[in-house]
Amino acid sequence: MTALETIDDVDRLLAGQNYVCDRALSTVVFLALRLGRPIFLEGEAGVGKTEIAKALATGLGRRLIRLQCYEGLDASSAVYEWNFAQQMIAIRAAEAAGEVKSEALNTALFSEEFLIERPLLEAMRPQEGGPPVLLIDELDRTDEPFEAFLLEALSDFQVTIPELGTIAASEPPIVVLTSNRTREVHDALKRRCLYHWVDYPSFEREIEILHARAPEAAASLSHEVVAFVQQLRTEDLFKKPGVAETIDWAKCLLALDVISLSPEVIADTLGAILKYQDDIAKLQGSEAKRILDEAKASLEIA
Amino acid sequence: MPEYAPLDLPENPKLTHNITHFARALRKAGLPVGPGRVMDAIRAVEAAGFTSKQDFFFTLRACFVNRPEQRAVFAQVFRLYWRDPRYMEHMMSLMLPAIRGVQEDRTAKAAEKRAAEALLDGIEPEVPEARDDEGEETLIEIDASLTMSREEKLKTLDFEQMSTSEIAEAKRMLAKLRLRVKPFGSRRGMPSHTGHRIDARKTLRAAMRRGGEMRRIHLQKPRPRWPNLVVLCDISGSMSQYSRMVLHFLHAVANEKGAGWAKVHAFTFGTRLTNITRHLATRDVDAALAAAGQEAQDWEGGTRIGACLHAFNRDWSRRVMGQGAVVLLITDGLDRGEAKDLGREMERLHLSSRRLIWLNPLLRWDGFAPRATGIRAMLPHVDAFRAGHSIATLEDLAAAISKPGDLGEKARLLAAL
Repeated sequence: MTALETIDDVDRLLAGQNYVCDRALSTVVFLALRLGRPIFLEGEAGVGKTEIAKALATGLGRRLIRLQCYEGLDASSAVYEWNFAQQMIAIRAAEAAGEVKSEALNTALFSEEFLIERPLLEAMRPQEGGPPVLLIDELDRTDEPFEAFLLEALSDFQVTIPELGTIAASEPPIVVLTSNRTREVHDALKRRCLYHWVDYPSFEREIEILHARAPEAAASLSHEVVAFVQQLRTEDLFKKPGVAETIDWAKCLLALDVISLSPEVIADTLGAILKYQDDIAKLQGSEAKRILDEAKASLEIA
Repeated sequence: MPEYAPLDLPENPKLTHNITHFARALRKAGLPVGPGRVMDAIRAVEAAGFTSKQDFFFTLRACFVNRPEQRAVFAQVFRLYWRDPRYMEHMMSLMLPAIRGVQEDRTAKAAEKRAAEALLDGIEPEVPEARDDEGEETLIEIDASLTMSREEKLKTLDFEQMSTSEIAEAKRMLAKLRLRVKPFGSRRGMPSHTGHRIDARKTLRAAMRRGGEMRRIHLQKPRPRWPNLVVLCDISGSMSQYSRMVLHFLHAVANEKGAGWAKVHAFTFGTRLTNITRHLATRDVDAALAAAGQEAQDWEGGTRIGACLHAFNRDWSRRVMGQGAVVLLITDGLDRGEAKDLGREMERLHLSSRRLIWLNPLLRWDGFAPRATGIRAMLPHVDAFRAGHSIATLEDLAAAISKPGDLGEKARLLAAL
């Protein structure tokens, strides 16, 4: 792992992983690493929030541990669980052998051997190559009780298991939280993190991203694709296409051996960039052509 | 910090009297002031002396105020009580029983009106008391029947027809109203004998206490969860009095502990959409509404329902409806925009909510028929259509909100389309 002394180092590290990010984001990442604070990334779906954790982990040579949040997620699926089936067998075996001493059995049953580690506990264990990157993905999908629990876990990086005692991280992991804002996350949690709103990239940056992620696309096509998507984002859509959609779409077009965009091609592949019927209906007929013309016009100016 | 008129402080026996009266005024304005505190205040004032008005103010405030949100009310009552003649006039003008929109309220500071109402109660001859014409019975009975029928009357009275004192009464009644909603199952569990999931952790722990012998299987059932409440309230001219009352009601709902709503989000719209959720969290009703009024610059402007719903769908819908929300839409549906857009936005709103309930004060007229294009565009996309012009109708709403099959007046009006 290279020592990260400056923001430029972070830029280089991420670029090495094909992750193109703007200065603001690399600054936040640098500060988070420096100060040991969690990073809280909020933004629309498909702007590269999850990717940054992956790029960080591979770039630093750390393990990536991912906790995917969902509604109803609780401590037993986020921190640890006992292996009940194994415990039952152990009890049966002890009974068959006729050595049921409840004290001894208790310690035997609730030991590391029967413990199933879930992401949060795993992240507190020492890992090869240093503390891992803990990605807590789509935090907004959980409910408030879990958020409160997380607040505690993130503040002192230790969890308590009644039968085993407290397990504390010798070195705190690098924590990345992401949220799609389907719910406002509580201020108390945000306060402990460095916050960054991940926005849609500018034209030049998106070209760079596309070049890094779909290098086989010809420059002229990727310029057209990006210009069209950028133009599309200024339209009044229910769900604007993210960067992930741009990359997907470029790959779709490559698979169809498209050299240049035309209204017909757009109509056929619209499902790769727009995911709502209302939005697709808006682009029927002359609308797609108008946006394409505007996009091409903006390319000529540039 | 209020400014003070010169104080002419009374002699000592009068001081006791005055402070007692002042405390009563505070109590009327809604501060919890008991006789113990009055005694303390009198002693404190005697101890502190009257070197300056400011000290006097702070001395009293130290005795009577124990929450930050009470400070505004206290300051206003103080100003009014240790009289300042110009101020009195201003107050009297506030109390005129005209139909006041929030426009004028905003010129009054938060809590000012409450202070005025507490102190000027009964001074105004212009406000006619609601009299009951049953008259000739024994006094006690009259009293009882009077209050009963007054309450009854008030319940069905249109918000727009109320006098100041009736509004005050209505606000008190609204604050007691509760909006209870049925919970639904979440994916978390809770212990139960009739559950369907096995709580393995608990089962095994119990077994270990018996040396590994399993006596019973511990079961779980889904833990109940309550939906969020999202309120979209029209504050344009035609709606101002209603939306004010409804906001009072919502303030009570939002601040009820353990009411069952996971969260209450509130938005006002007229010409622009404004999120007033944070203001509803302040404990003082007037302060919250005043803040909401400052935030929403368009009380009494025109209405662009379609455009505002569009803004809500675009910017807020995913953020506040993600966990499933019941939506209360409070508007008369008189829109100046395109009906086509309005229909589309209503459909989008309907699709992303658990239930969409429309409160419309126009329903108070029996002959109401959905003639306006806006109303016709909106009606097919709501789950329930109800009146919202009086306390009684809001009570009905509270009763109906958790009945999934409740349509309100929707069916009748759809037939009339």
